[in-house]
Amino acid sequence: MVLEQTITWHLACNTEDIPADGGACALIEGEQVAIYNFARRGEWYATQNLCPHRQQMALSRGMIGSTGAEAEPKVACPFHKKTFSLKSGECLSGDDYVIKTYPIKVENGQIFIGME
Amino acid sequence: MKKKIVVVGNGMVGYKFCEKLIAKDIAKKFEIIVFGEEIRPAYDRVHLSEYFAGKTVEDLTMAPTSWYAENDINLILSDPIVDIDREAKTVRSHHGLVKGYDYLVMATGSGAFVPPIPGVEKDGVFVYRTIEDLDLMQNHAKKATKGAVIGGGLLGLEAAKALLDLGLKEVHVIEFASRLMPRQIDEAGSRVLQAKLETLGLQIHLNKNTQEIVGDGIIEAMQFADGSRLDVDMLVISAGIKPRDEVAKVAGLEVGIRGGIVVNNALQTSDPNIFAIGECALAHHMIYGLVAPGYEMAEVVATKIIGGEKEFMPFDMSTKLKLIGVDVASFGDAFIQEPNAQTIVFENSAKGIYKRINISNDGKYLLGGVLVGDAEQYNMLLQNTKNKTILPADPEDLMLGARGGSEGGASGVMALPDEALICSCEAVTKGGICHEIIENKVTTLDGIKKCTKAGTGCGGCVPMVKDLINETMKSQGVFVRNILCEHFDYTRQELFDLVKIKGYKTYNDVLDHLGKGDGCEVCKPAVASIIASLWNEMILEKGNATVQDSNDRFLANIQKNGTYSVVPRIPGGEITPEKLIVIGQVALKYNLYTKITGGQRIDLFGAHVSDLPEIWEELVNAGFESGHAYGKSLRTVKSCVGSTWCRFGVQDAVSFAIEVEERYRGLRSPHKLKSAVSGCTRECAEAQSKDFGIIATEKGWNLYVCGNGGVKPRHAELLATDIDSATCLQYIDRFLMFYIKTAEPLTRTAPWLDKMEGGINYLKSVVIDDVLGMGETWDAEMNLLVEAYKCEWKEVVENPELRKRFTHFVNAPKVKDPNAKFEPMREMVKAAEWK
Ligand SMILES: Cc1cc2nc3c(=O)[nH]c(=O)nc-3n(C[C@H](O)[C@H](O)[C@H](O)COP(=O)(O)OP(=O)(O)OC[C@H]3O[C@@H](n4cnc5c(N)ncnc54)[C@H](O)[C@@H]3O)c2cc1C
Ligand code: SF4
Ligand code: SF4
Ligand code: FES
Repeated sequence: MVLEQTITWHLACNTEDIPADGGACALIEGEQVAIYNFARRGEWYATQNLCPHRQQMALSRGMIGSTGAEAEPKVACPFHKKTFSLKSGECLSGDDYVIKTYPIKVENGQIFIGME
Repeated sequence: MKKKIVVVGNGMVGYKFCEKLIAKDIAKKFEIIVFGEEIRPAYDRVHLSEYFAGKTVEDLTMAPTSWYAENDINLILSDPIVDIDREAKTVRSHHGLVKGYDYLVMATGSGAFVPPIPGVEKDGVFVYRTIEDLDLMQNHAKKATKGAVIGGGLLGLEAAKALLDLGLKEVHVIEFASRLMPRQIDEAGSRVLQAKLETLGLQIHLNKNTQEIVGDGIIEAMQFADGSRLDVDMLVISAGIKPRDEVAKVAGLEVGIRGGIVVNNALQTSDPNIFAIGECALAHHMIYGLVAPGYEMAEVVATKIIGGEKEFMPFDMSTKLKLIGVDVASFGDAFIQEPNAQTIVFENSAKGIYKRINISNDGKYLLGGVLVGDAEQYNMLLQNTKNKTILPADPEDLMLGARGGSEGGASGVMALPDEALICSCEAVTKGGICHEIIENKVTTLDGIKKCTKAGTGCGGCVPMVKDLINETMKSQGVFVRNILCEHFDYTRQELFDLVKIKGYKTYNDVLDHLGKGDGCEVCKPAVASIIASLWNEMILEKGNATVQDSNDRFLANIQKNGTYSVVPRIPGGEITPEKLIVIGQVALKYNLYTKITGGQRIDLFGAHVSDLPEIWEELVNAGFESGHAYGKSLRTVKSCVGSTWCRFGVQDAVSFAIEVEERYRGLRSPHKLKSAVSGCTRECAEAQSKDFGIIATEKGWNLYVCGNGGVKPRHAELLATDIDSATCLQYIDRFLMFYIKTAEPLTRTAPWLDKMEGGINYLKSVVIDDVLGMGETWDAEMNLLVEAYKCEWKEVVENPELRKRFTHFVNAPKVKDPNAKFEPMREMVKAAEWK
């Protein structure tokens, strides 16, 4: 509740700009934001586009999927296949990285990213 | 003073004896001297034939000389013992060394028995026993085309296989008896084996008595007693073994009428201070011509010397033959028949399978049997025989394998008692192996080999050890099948077949019907590759784009700063000046770094995602197409200039390379594929380091398969010789279809072949002799794929929907990634170093 009030929603793009079960990158307030269309589950996620491993702007081009009993949604960096949770941003392949995740909402075919 | 042990002979058994002494930790209490006649320390004779398949002397060596030194064993090589003075208890060597002994161990093995046929001394006539024999054969085979082997027994058939491996065009097996392997398998089994071997290219002659070996100094033909004659330029004699008892005999030890040093149950010769072990020993009135009983003898004598009690009991002579893609095995009492036992026989002559089991009259126990064509159940049957397991109600199930999905009931590995001997060479029990798996968490075959030595002798128990590992882990609740990932409970091959049968064409279809969850970066590209291999449709359509590896998704290779490299196809490395100019212009326009690749084409580096469709458009308009450098698919077919310009060339290598490259371009496979064509044997195109390589001969082409460069370089192996272009393409078609269908994801052809039971010979039988009966199907499937080929770049260029996806920012398509940084290098640029 408190969160809702402190963030501003920025229009990123239209839903059809992001391929089903994949991602694409949008430029918002100078930040590169990776947006994922988890079509299989009807869910949307957003994270930083930068892979912390080798500082590559690449996560939006990675493959998404899920892992474990809880079906944690994740993305794999195309460079060295490090994986990150789309929910918490935690690295799932054993490193200490945490990537930034953004609140995301879809209204009338438009995607909005929440920033503080 | 330390007691002295002298070992005569450093073969497999002599070596094992030393190892046993050390294992018993008594080596230090004795002075040990070993005399060996051969120039090198003991090596694995059982796997001698693998020398022709690329194993080196080091690979085959049981232990290096340093091992003997570390263990204080005095190893004297190239110096055979010629005399024993039993009064003085000394031995004398060829070079005149005289050494005293307290215990003398004869481990002189045996030599090949060469029957007194006139002409055996001629050039081109060989025996098959030592590494030197193999070196001589290898040299001679280079100029030979027609070979023969005298003897259709276990070793003879192995020698015949070796001749095929050496590339001889015709290989004959001459057997004096009326059937093959008369000592191991019965009449009916021999018939089936013979038919099977004939389909693999061996010509078998039974009831043939060789009278003379004809030729002027060098072998030209064989003359038989029945008046017939066979032209050959190479002959291997494998008519049996002759125990090396000559020194023992001169020393007055008792030897058998047909050879062999007579020993009692303690393996003592007629002189109690002298023992004989291995193939030179005549125990229980027989020579045990296998390594497992030899190792047991080594154990008995080692135990005896330290004062323990152990006797050598009649030993099981069950064997499984490691032959040319045909399984042959016999176990227990293979020949016992009614009225002393009941026999059950199964024969499928169309498939070349014969199985027989002999059961006690009360139906309770398995006594022995014969397997030809399919010996999968060998280990289980052998175990059931040895352990006197009470048979199930339908004993034929044991022989036919479980039907209807049941796990074979009480006959599975897990049902065996803990003391069941799994590896008889090294005397390792089931309990011993399971202990390592459960207590020490050793769960790989290599690990088990290391810690228990199981499977390091004749290797026959390896499948059973694998089963034990899998079953034990399963019983521990560990999941072991080689499945794709957490989302698919299938192996790649199973999935391939299912997708094909069901006709699924999208990843989501496959996941919905065959998998669970949402997929991941492991199964997505694997399934994408299967779909592409099966249907060869545009990989970016039908929602399949996002399941491709990033490189496939963007039809280009991602590089260090997030930009891409672009590689147009340049078939066979042939390019016109006009096209070269276009590449130069494109590179200038988009500021790309250009480099000639190892595959004879040109790589353009540093392209922004949003520039890719435009770059492709310019290239496609100039007549280029995608080079698939990004895909797990055919990369290049390298070529040398061949007979069109080169003064040595015998065929037009470039034209054929272009034809090959255009045939297989775009073909999706488990891993990348590389190829090359050389215009003569000088091999300037390095075809033997490729997944499939072609080398011109006077008569056509030689086809090599399963080579690669990379981390673990591998020489390709010869698949076929002197074939014409059409046959060459057909063999490649079949080879590739077989690989695509059966390889695990991301497995290149070389490791795929390594894992294949029967190796290159089996591959030959599949590709050339079509033993699987799949040839025509694969030909047709490949033709469909070839016809379905389209250039992927062109499709993107012409499809606005697809084209739209090639941007860095969806909300600012014109803006390039500001993080994609370059640094100057010589006259061009390079990607900025990453942190
Ligand atoms: C091609 C081939 C395939 C085989 N396949 C199998 C198989 O699949 N399964 C199986 O169980 N068995 C197989 N065998 C048989 C197996 O190799 C033998 O049983 C085993 O090698 C016997 O060991 P050994 O030490 O008794 O004799 P060897 O290994 O022959 O060693 C004896 C050594 O003693 C040396 N020597 C002889 N006289 C003297 C002397 N006076 N002084 C010093 N040194 C001397 C010899 O030069 C030799 O190096 C195969 C054999 C061959 C040739
Ligand atoms: S392989 Fe033979 S034909 Fe080709 S370039 Fe070399 S020498 Fe000439
Ligand atoms: S050898 Fe290594 S550095 Fe060179 S291209 Fe291949 S992967 Fe890159
Ligand atoms: S840069 Fe992302 S995993 Fe290495």
